[in-house]
Amino acid sequence: MSHSVIVITILAIAMVGFRMGRGRALTLAGGQARSLNSLPAYHGGYVLLWCALPALMLVLAWLALEPAAVRWLVLSGLPDGARSLSAERLDLFYDKILAFASLRNGIGNGTGGADASLVGGAEHYQRLKQLSLFALAVGSIAIAGTGLIFAWNRITPAFPARRVVEGCIRAMLVVSSALAIFTTIGIVLSLLFETIRFFEKVPIADFLFGLKWSPQMALRADQVGSSGAFGAVPIFAGTLLISLIAMAVAVPIGLMSAIYLSEYAGRNARAVLKPMLEILAGIPTVVYGFFAALTVAPLVRDLGTFLGLDVASESALAAGLVMGIMIIPFVSSLSDDVINAVPVALREGAYGLGATKSETILRVVLPAALPGIVGSILLAMSRAIGETMIVVMAAGLAANLTANPFAAVTTVTVQIVTLLVGDQEFDSAKTLAAFALGLVLFAITLGLNIIALMTVRKYREKYD
Amino acid sequence: MSLSSLTTDEDRDVLLDTKIQAVGVDVHYHDKQALFQVDLDIAANTVTALIGPSGCGKSTFLRCLNRMNDIIDGCRVSGALSLDGNDLYAREVDVVALRAKVGMVFQKPNPFPKSIYENVAFGPRIHGLADSRAELDQIVETSLRRAGLYTEVSDRLDDTATSLSGGQQQRLCIARAIAVEPEVILMDEPCSALDPIATAKVEELIDELRQRYTIVIVTHSMQQAARVSQRTAFFHLGEVVEDGETAKIFTDPHDERTQAYITGRIG
Ligand SMILES: Nc1ncnc2c1ncn2[C@@H]1O[C@H](COP(=O)(O)OP(=O)(O)O)[C@@H](O)[C@H]1O
Ligand SMILES: [Mg+2]
Repeated sequence: MSHSVIVITILAIAMVGFRMGRGRALTLAGGQARSLNSLPAYHGGYVLLWCALPALMLVLAWLALEPAAVRWLVLSGLPDGARSLSAERLDLFYDKILAFASLRNGIGNGTGGADASLVGGAEHYQRLKQLSLFALAVGSIAIAGTGLIFAWNRITPAFPARRVVEGCIRAMLVVSSALAIFTTIGIVLSLLFETIRFFEKVPIADFLFGLKWSPQMALRADQVGSSGAFGAVPIFAGTLLISLIAMAVAVPIGLMSAIYLSEYAGRNARAVLKPMLEILAGIPTVVYGFFAALTVAPLVRDLGTFLGLDVASESALAAGLVMGIMIIPFVSSLSDDVINAVPVALREGAYGLGATKSETILRVVLPAALPGIVGSILLAMSRAIGETMIVVMAAGLAANLTANPFAAVTTVTVQIVTLLVGDQEFDSAKTLAAFALGLVLFAITLGLNIIALMTVRKYREKYD
Repeated sequence: MSLSSLTTDEDRDVLLDTKIQAVGVDVHYHDKQALFQVDLDIAANTVTALIGPSGCGKSTFLRCLNRMNDIIDGCRVSGALSLDGNDLYAREVDVVALRAKVGMVFQKPNPFPKSIYENVAFGPRIHGLADSRAELDQIVETSLRRAGLYTEVSDRLDDTATSLSGGQQQRLCIARAIAVEPEVILMDEPCSALDPIATAKVEELIDELRQRYTIVIVTHSMQQAARVSQRTAFFHLGEVVEDGETAKIFTDPHDERTQAYITGRIG
């Protein structure tokens, strides 16, 4: 018997409880549902909740607490020699016990020549696990049964089962959204704490204002060439450069296609074109990435050579161009919505004064839609800044501080990836730098999003 | 003289100066016909009221006169419409110039989300009516004065137009239309979104504007038609049932349907 069997049993009992509750409500009402305070199904649901919720909560709590309890019991059962180990050695030893126990689960009860305290520990562990499972099964099923009887007894025609059930549903929804929020808060907090640890090793001013980024730390004191410089300015500048190139592509194209879609395209053209533009947003970014690395980058380099320019094979331009194409749909789709939200009355006002179509768009529709358009551009910008895959594949690793689009630059996201890929010590400055970068990136995109959403909302209010 | 006015002798001597003439106008929205063989003459420097139950095609007819129906998908206009004897729907007609000549004021005040000044200056700017800033200032002031709004807003021309009250906004829209020096002003239920006091002001204004402009006003209020117009046309189910001097339409209508409408039996 395993945990899944326990859960299934509880659910089965709950289903039975549901039917019993419903049946009892109907019986008490003499078969007339209308004489009940709540519909029979609510009474059933009430019993179901009393069966399932406490028992399942017990299972969850058990699963959460069991490992620590078992560990404590196993370790305290060990002979004195083993117990006096240092904390780290003890961890290691306990891992060995677990490994040995799972080995024994697979191949049976041999000792395999292992030493006595290990074998003893493993046997103890296995016994405890079995006991624990048995106790959980008995306990949770007993609770489910008790819940059933308790709830079943409380059912009367006047019992407000509906209110209880609704309250429970509401509570579950609240818990779900709280989970999502707390996860986010947890992530932000862990970013924050790791960043604080980073700033214990590297001064915050050096990080924010330093002009040199070279995160290789010396492993030995006598090693050469690995000084470890954590000045983030070049990589933020690189991010900015690539994002600006992307915006230079996406804003005009996105905006003009939005204007075409909302003002010029007929109904049929619009029905075809708008979804097609939105498909661009559905292409996996890794596909854009190899498109950038394999097609656009060589093209840009060849073009540069043709024009007599010195172009790096991983130029900011190539990555920025492709990223720009990727975010066109963000700009066009949102701007299109915003432009469409400009009231027809305003357009008619302009037409009625003899304005041409383009005059109407330029002088009335776009100014009226401007806040919303700015919002959509900011959202696209925060997308561009946070984008990783394209730049990992197509932008370089060299942290050059330059505004030359033909040079190789690197971005925050690329650096985070390279800092964390591979075997790393978890508390070296190099690894922690990734958290600091992540936090700053998060702050920037969050700020952009908030401003963007606020402008869009304000704009909506004006016309609703 | 259109065919419909031949039926009543009185009309012939009143309509000395026809500004707009419609003969046999049909309008379709996609497959649905909204106007049926409409004949109507609009006299110059006169206020003509279009009345009738809602959905009978008053707005549709009004929007034929400055070709605002052109921008509606699936709207087809046929028949003869002329302004000062020139065909409105001829191939060579420049719609932009036409709309400068035939201005329009809408049911709901629709000032642009710009300053009061910029709202009035919009038309003169796009038609290049002013050569200097001083000239533009002059046009804006005159237009606001004619719309009876200048004294109320002269000290806050740079405020956004949406900060004005509904009635002020509507008079601003009238000023905006006047600023391009139109000959005809079309008004589609211009007071339906206004309170009685603002309505009275706009009505007063309409009466003054008659000196300079030809005005066609759609209204659902018969009292309003009686107060502001000299001539009235009664629309019913896409046809012009009857048109003539307002006083006559209201006191001695020919057609039974007109009588039924003005006495409140249909509508
Ligand atoms: N844009 C449009 N598309 C389709 N039908 C329309 C449109 N505008 C008006 N109509 C139809 O034309 C008829 C006349 O409408 P309208 O001229 O607005 O009437 P009124 O202004 O007298 O209330 C109505 O039946 C209306 O449904
Ligand atoms: Mg209407």
